[in-house]
Amino acid sequence: MSTTKNGQEISMSRPSVGEAGRTGDWRNDRPVMDATKCLAVKQGRLTCQICWVYCPDGCIAQGIGPVIDLAYCKGCGICAQECPAGAISMEPEADHGTCAIDAATAEEAGR
Amino acid sequence: MPTKILDLPDTSYVLPGNRACAGCGIGIALRQITAALDGKMVMTVPASCLTVLGGMYPIASVSVPWLNVAFPSTAAAASGLAAGLRATGREGEMTVLAMAGDGGTGDIGIQALSGAAERNDDFIYLCYDNEAYMNTGTQRSGSTPAGARTTTTWAGKRENPKDLPRIMEAHGIPYVASTSAAFPTDVYDKVAKARDIHGLRYIHMNTPCPSGWSFDPKDTVAIGKLAVDSGLVVLYEVVDGVFRLTSRSASLAKAGGRLKPVAGYVATQGRFRGMSDEAIASVQAWVDTRWAGYLARDAAEHCSSQTTAS
Amino acid sequence: MSAPESACAAALATASMEVMTGNDAAATAAKLARVQVIAAYPITPQSPVVEQLSAWVESGELPAEFVTVESEHSALTVCIAASTVGARTFTATSANGLAYMTEQVWWAAGARLPIVMCIANRAMAAPWNVLNDQQDSMSVRDAGWVQLYCRDNQEILDTTLQAYRIAERLHVPVMVCYDGFLLSHTMMPVSVPDAAVIDAWLPKYDHPLTVVDPADPRNIGPVVIADPRADASGEGHGGYMEIRAQLHGALLEVLDVIPKVDSEYGAAVGRQWGGLLWEHMLDDAEVVLVAAGSLGTQLTVAAEKLREEGVKAGVLGIRAYRPFPVAALRGKLAGRKLALVYDKALAYGYEGPICSDLRGCLLGTPDAPAVFGAVCGLGGRDVPVDQLAGAARRALADAEAGLRVRETDWINLHLEG
Repeated sequence: MSTTKNGQEISMSRPSVGEAGRTGDWRNDRPVMDATKCLAVKQGRLTCQICWVYCPDGCIAQGIGPVIDLAYCKGCGICAQECPAGAISMEPEADHGTCAIDAATAEEAGR
Repeated sequence: MPTKILDLPDTSYVLPGNRACAGCGIGIALRQITAALDGKMVMTVPASCLTVLGGMYPIASVSVPWLNVAFPSTAAAASGLAAGLRATGREGEMTVLAMAGDGGTGDIGIQALSGAAERNDDFIYLCYDNEAYMNTGTQRSGSTPAGARTTTTWAGKRENPKDLPRIMEAHGIPYVASTSAAFPTDVYDKVAKARDIHGLRYIHMNTPCPSGWSFDPKDTVAIGKLAVDSGLVVLYEVVDGVFRLTSRSASLAKAGGRLKPVAGYVATQGRFRGMSDEAIASVQAWVDTRWAGYLARDAAEHCSSQTTAS
Repeated sequence: MSAPESACAAALATASMEVMTGNDAAATAAKLARVQVIAAYPITPQSPVVEQLSAWVESGELPAEFVTVESEHSALTVCIAASTVGARTFTATSANGLAYMTEQVWWAAGARLPIVMCIANRAMAAPWNVLNDQQDSMSVRDAGWVQLYCRDNQEILDTTLQAYRIAERLHVPVMVCYDGFLLSHTMMPVSVPDAAVIDAWLPKYDHPLTVVDPADPRNIGPVVIADPRADASGEGHGGYMEIRAQLHGALLEVLDVIPKVDSEYGAAVGRQWGGLLWEHMLDDAEVVLVAAGSLGTQLTVAAEKLREEGVKAGVLGIRAYRPFPVAALRGKLAGRKLALVYDKALAYGYEGPICSDLRGCLLGTPDAPAVFGAVCGLGGRDVPVDQLAGAARRALADAEAGLRVRETDWINLHLEG
C-alpha cells in the first residue's frame, strides 16, 4: 500500500470539487434556462442573480445570464422555484435522452 | 445597511459535487458564512450533516481549514482552537467558527457551549437548526417544533422547542443573532458583523431540511421564508444587550406586525401531517406570544436607541 | 561518555532540591516543559495540579493559556484542538474525570496528537471513593495512549518531561500515571532541573502532523471509509484500518523510544528510570513480584523480607504499561519459577489486567514462569507489606505444588465481615 507516510498518516483531506463524484447523476429533473426571460439578459447587465445566491451547491456561476454546471447540479429545483422571471424550468432528464453523466461529459467536451 | 444580493462577494469556498442532500439549506448558508469570513477561518464541526457535506477522506468539499470533533465538544474545541492560536501567536490569522446542528448545540453540546459562553471565549458559534437529528435519521431534538413527527415522536412532538438564542443571551455574551438559511444576505451580514466583535458570538440559523421535514427540495427557500412570515422563525440580533429585528422580520414589524397563520406553514410539510387543529392552535398561541414579545423588545430597545441616537 | 557525564554533572549542580507533593512535581514538570495551553477541571486527588498551574499562569510565571473548562470532556477537547494548531498542551485528571473524557481519550490518540495528561490514580465509583487504585487508567489502556507509571515524586517530574519528548517524536499522546494521595499528596524531596537545562533538552514543539492554514485548507479528522480511497490527484490513501494500524505501529515504535528518551534525559539531567521496566534484586530471583506504580516500591520491602526468610524474591516494576513491553518482560522473566502480579485494578469477571497481559505475553515461551495474580489496594485499602509477602508465600507454595493456573488471590479482603 502506498499509503503509509512514515507511519504517520492521519485523516486530513484536501479540498476538491466532486468529492461525492459527479453529483449531476443524482438528478431526476434538469434546470433549463430560457435566456430570453432572464432579467440579467433582458437588461443586459449583472442584475438579479437570485438563482446564483440560492444554489445550495454553488453550481450556478454569476453572469448575464447565470450558467448552471450540470456536471454537479443535483436537480433540487430551488433556482427554478425562486427565479422571479420564471426563466428556469425543470425538465425530466429522460426528455433529454441521455443520462446526467453523459450529458455532463458531453457538455465538458463541448467547452 | 443590509447587503444586497449583488453586493455579496462572488467567492466560493463550498465546492460543487459535495455529499449534501439536494436542496439542503446548509449549503446556501455555508457559502455566505465562509464568504463573510473570506476563508480566513478555521471551523470546527461535530458529528452532523455538516460532517457529511464536508466530505470523506481524503477529499474535502469546503476549502477552509476544518477540524472535526466529537459530538458534545464543538464549543470546547473552538475554545481550544482560540487558545492554541493565541498561544502560538497566530490569533490574527483567522476567525474561529464553531458550527453545529441543533442537537449538537442545544442538547449534547450545551454544557461545553455554556462554559465557553460564560468564559466569553473568542469565537463565533453558529448553530444550523434543522430541528431534529437529521444525520441519524430524523429523531426529535430539543429544537424540534411541537407537532412535528420524527422517528422518535411518531404521533408528533408535544413540546415547543427550547429557545436557544435566549439561553445564550442570558450568558451576557456580546452578540446573539437569529437568522435563516433562506435569507443568505441576512446570514452574511450577521457573520460579517460577528467577525469584528471579540468574545463569544452566537448565531442561531433556521435551516430547512427537505428530507427531514418532508417537502420537495425545490421549496427549501420558500419554506424558510414562510417560517419567518409565520413568526415561527424571527430574524433579529442582540448587540451588547440591545435587541433589534432585522431583514424580513423588521419589514413585517414595520408593516404592522401581521403574520401569516401557522396552519399555512404546517400544511407545507409532511412532518406535520395529521397535526390536530388543537395542536396547531396551541403553536399559534405560542408564536403570537413570542412575536408580541419581540415586537415589544424591538420597540423598547432598538427604536428607543435610534431615537436617542438621533 | 565523558561529555554526557559532564553535562549531567552540570545539570545536577544547577538543579534545586525542593520538598513537594506528587501533584506539585507534575505541575512543575508542565511548567518546565513550557506548556502553551492548559485545560483542566478539578477532581480529587488531581486538583492541586490545576490550582498550582493556574496560579503560575495568573502571576505570569508561566506564559500559557489556561482554559478553565466546565468539564473533563472539554478539558481534553481544548487540548485536542490546541494541539491540532501546534500548541504544547497539558491536562490532568483522575477516576470519574478520566471516565467522563473517555470519548476524547480515544479521539486524541486516533488524531495522533502529542498531548500529555497526568493521572492521579483513583478508584472508580460506585460507590464513591476518592482514594487510590489504578482502575481509572487501566480502563483506558486500549485507547492508543502511551501509559507510564511512576513510583515516586521525582519520577513524576522526570517522566512528565520525558513524556513530551516521547509524544512529540511519534505523535502519540502520553498518560503519566501516579498513585492518588500515596504520591499526589505526599511530600518528598524532588530535584528540580534548571529551566535552561530543560529548554535545551526539550525544544519548542513545532512539527504537528496537522495543518491549520487558510492558505492550505485541510479537513482534519473527517469520515474515513473502510477501504483505501484515492484523492483528487489519484494518489491512494489509507482507509480506517490503515490509519489505525499506523497508530498501533507508532505505539510499538514507542517501545524503542521510551528507553532512548530515558537515557537521553539521564545524560542531560542526571537521572534515568530504567526505560520500560525497573527492577530490584532481580538477578538471581526465582520469585518475581510484579506491579506498576508505588506498589512496586512497597514490593521491594516485601521482597527483602522474603529474602530474609530464604526465598529468592525480586521485583520487576512496570514503568511502561502501554505499549506493553513484551520482549523486555520475556527476557526478564525467562527461567524464573514464579511471577506474581499485584494489580490495583480488576477486569471484573476475570482478573487483574497486568496479570492477564503478562500471562498472555509469556504463554508458550521457553522457561516461562508460572504467572499468578493478586488483587490489592482497591479504593485505598491498605496494602501491608507482610500481607504482600504472605501472598507471595501462598503463590510460591501453589507453584511448588505444580499449579500452573490459579484463582486470583485477594489481599487484605474481609468479606466475612
